[in-house]
Amino acid sequence: MGKIRLIEVKEGILSDNKALANELRRKLRDKGTFMLNLMSSPGSGKTSLILRTIDALKDEFRIGVIEADIASTVDSEKVASRGIKVVQLRTGGFCHLDATMVSEGLDALEPQTFDLVIIENVGNLVCPAEFDTGAMRNAMILSIPEGDDKPLKYPLMFTVCDVLVVNKIDTMKVFDFDINAMKKRVQALNSNIRIFKTSAKTGEGIDSWVNWLAKEIKGFRENDK
Amino acid sequence: MHELPVIKSIFDMCVKYAEANNATKILSVTLKVGEISDLQNEWMQRYFGYLSKGTFVEGAKLVIERVPLVMRCKKCSESFQVDIHAGRQIECPRCKGTEFAYVSGKEYRVETMEVVCGEDTANRS
Repeated sequence: MGKIRLIEVKEGILSDNKALANELRRKLRDKGTFMLNLMSSPGSGKTSLILRTIDALKDEFRIGVIEADIASTVDSEKVASRGIKVVQLRTGGFCHLDATMVSEGLDALEPQTFDLVIIENVGNLVCPAEFDTGAMRNAMILSIPEGDDKPLKYPLMFTVCDVLVVNKIDTMKVFDFDINAMKKRVQALNSNIRIFKTSAKTGEGIDSWVNWLAKEIKGFRENDK
Repeated sequence: MHELPVIKSIFDMCVKYAEANNATKILSVTLKVGEISDLQNEWMQRYFGYLSKGTFVEGAKLVIERVPLVMRCKKCSESFQVDIHAGRQIECPRCKGTEFAYVSGKEYRVETMEVVCGEDTANRS
């Protein structure tokens, strides 16, 4: 009979993904590319917010988009119609993007160089939260019709994001959405999170969001010098 | 629903460490997973069994230690346990503070593996 031994592992679950994500961040930094990972549930307005962001920033920055969708190409067609380079990753039933998939997306965006790459993650408030994509910042959208209780139901997502965009604020009157209660719930989980209120439909609040993003991109470059 | 890729990552780690230690069999793998993680224990067990079937990992026990979520109030420094699945507003029980630091509950790692080393045990395949 062989000997029984206890091996100390002490290694992070998904440490392979984390290592690849760190490697992607390093490569992007060398190229001066800022990457944003945008997450939310389906139908919260990720594509609409991306289109608004493109319209506001395309003269200032070279923008590329990585679209993740389980099967369709509807979103990427909308983005491409703005004259923006877009890569469609069909996740084939996968519920999230990981660093390997993002790496493929970045390869497909080459040889062009970008100042900003936006990842539109798979619409899901659970799985994408666990996978580092290599982005410099994580942002999420919570739209008014989804309800103010989402931080209570999907706490992890709210803890991993640097920014929360509360979208569809033009529908506030129709839904019982208590924005102060929602803020309190989010801040209990993540006291550093920045919150913006937008309507990708009417354009309300988009300025504050894009100003923040532009500042982040510039700050990222300054740090590099 | 992302348990499968997570378990695949754990499975690969098991194989890597077993090989590096010349282990012929894995008896158990112990994970520490914080309560804030959405991973479901029963799905992890099921996928671990599924992935290890027919390999030398088969039969290894997956021990999942869930670590309670403990937060510390930024205002009064009180530490307290939170039942994150209760779906309630988190609030300091002492001063009703609303901003916190995490003490525990975000753990996400493989801690230890119990293995058999030696030649006369089951063949590794």
